[in-house]
Amino acid sequence: MIQARVRKLFPPGPESAGFSFDLEFQASRGFTVLFGPSGAGKTLTLDSIAGFVHPDEGRILLDDQILFDGEAHVHLPPRARRCGYVFQNYALFPHMTLRQNLEFAAERIPRLERHRKINEMLEKFHLTEVSGRRPYELSGGQKQRCSIARALIGAPRVLLLDEPARGLDASLLADLYSVLRQVRQEFGIPILLVTHDFEECLELGDEMIVVRDGHVVQTGPPRNILEQPANIDVARLLGVFNLLPVEIRALDPGRNASRLRYQEFELNGPYFPGRLIGDQVWLCVRPDLLSAVPRNGRPGMNQIPAALLRTVEKPDRVRLEFSGGIAVEADRAILEKCAGVKEWAVEFPQSGLRVL
Amino acid sequence: MGIDWFPLWLSLRVAGISTALALVIGLWLAWILANRSFRGKELLDAAVTLPLVLPPTVLGYYLLVLLGRNTLIGHIYEKLFGGPLVFTWQAAVVAALFHSTPLLVKSARAAFETIDRSYERAARSLGASESRLFWRVSLPLARRSILAGGALAFARSLGDFGITIMIAGNIPGRTQTVAVAIYDAAESDNGAVARTLSLVISAVALAVLLVANRFTPNPFGPRQAAP
Repeated sequence: MIQARVRKLFPPGPESAGFSFDLEFQASRGFTVLFGPSGAGKTLTLDSIAGFVHPDEGRILLDDQILFDGEAHVHLPPRARRCGYVFQNYALFPHMTLRQNLEFAAERIPRLERHRKINEMLEKFHLTEVSGRRPYELSGGQKQRCSIARALIGAPRVLLLDEPARGLDASLLADLYSVLRQVRQEFGIPILLVTHDFEECLELGDEMIVVRDGHVVQTGPPRNILEQPANIDVARLLGVFNLLPVEIRALDPGRNASRLRYQEFELNGPYFPGRLIGDQVWLCVRPDLLSAVPRNGRPGMNQIPAALLRTVEKPDRVRLEFSGGIAVEADRAILEKCAGVKEWAVEFPQSGLRVL
Repeated sequence: MGIDWFPLWLSLRVAGISTALALVIGLWLAWILANRSFRGKELLDAAVTLPLVLPPTVLGYYLLVLLGRNTLIGHIYEKLFGGPLVFTWQAAVVAALFHSTPLLVKSARAAFETIDRSYERAARSLGASESRLFWRVSLPLARRSILAGGALAFARSLGDFGITIMIAGNIPGRTQTVAVAIYDAAESDNGAVARTLSLVISAVALAVLLVANRFTPNPFGPRQAAP
């Protein structure tokens, strides 16, 4: 269990704007994903926990130990914190073999047990055959597994991973996720992971912390955040929504209905509690909830005419991008069904609509 | 006419001892300058560089004032070793040390500073103490540059003239190093000796520099980092 509240002010310099970093969160065992754009302060968070960065004020608690306390002037050195850190570049010592890298990290383990423990880790991370090689003789995946094994061998109380998915291709990514799930299962410690990829949050995250400009903007399980982004900023960061500026024209709580105006079109939606008629809001809807339909003349109920700009094929579905920045995700079958269609409309469901 | 080879042997011995001392002192200084931030760091840095730019006679004069028989350091040395320091071959070692250490500090500091920060961070987060970090990570990673720096320091130690003549003097058979002997020979119109010693010392220095160059590219360094 880790609880952190950190503040750090970076005053503006001649060539940089100032940055205020003020973060509060906690993470228990399992994955906690720090999600946000680059420059949001995600790595800074990991560095504060590991002790590489000295915050101005705040308090970091790991299990029952105070790692940092601004008021009491406690700032444990990194070596006393027992935080496993997996660096973006892995930071395996280039002059040591894999086994020596693990030995370096296992120094505190009693000699008799050390050898057994190293072999166990090599085995667990499928590194036994290459244990005598130096880092530059290894593939990216092997280096990453070794880096994780090295961070874990000293039995840390938290594992910190800085963008572990960066630069990995799809199959290595699948390997990484399965290794990380295994780690989660076997080590039972909090695992803090930095990413700017929302799919990775969904894939791994038990909990997700959305960070922007040095502040937490939303926390919760990724699925909940996908269902209910706290505001337009979060929705934009997730990068999966259609976001359309609309005006609320009518609200009817009795029939759970509303009418929205988007450009010159009217859409029917559910009742939006807490909103007033005339509010300018963002309509937020996932691409897979929309459907693309062929149009003959006038668009039908809850449909908006749109020009198809681009189709992006994915292995399991297809993404249709329309004018006005509207994207629709549909079954691949639509490609054949609508081969000759010239005029399109996008149909909005009445129930799945959300405004921010 | 026979040439007295004593100055050559003395110079090699002085350079060897001073390089060994320079490695100890210089690496420590370089490590501190590269890794610590403290008040007066700039001043220390400048002070370490000073011997590179000051006239050697000025340095020699300072040392003479500092280490002479009537100074505190001179007294302590005399108590410990039963004889004065100045105008002995040990004083030539001190001269060579001041002549060569700045060079070693410069190259070792640069080597320490080019080590990717994440290695040091990794070592620390894995529980390593600062001394373990130094011996097991930083020093091996900077090894080649430091060896090159050591070779340079050795070559430079061979060549000191100004400081040596100020504090070790020119006593043939006792404190006369090659550089001093060449000066002596040229002054007394002994062209053959000056020529021979000059050629020999040039050859030795050239050989040392060739060795230094072989060490310079670092196979673990960022330039040849494996993909």
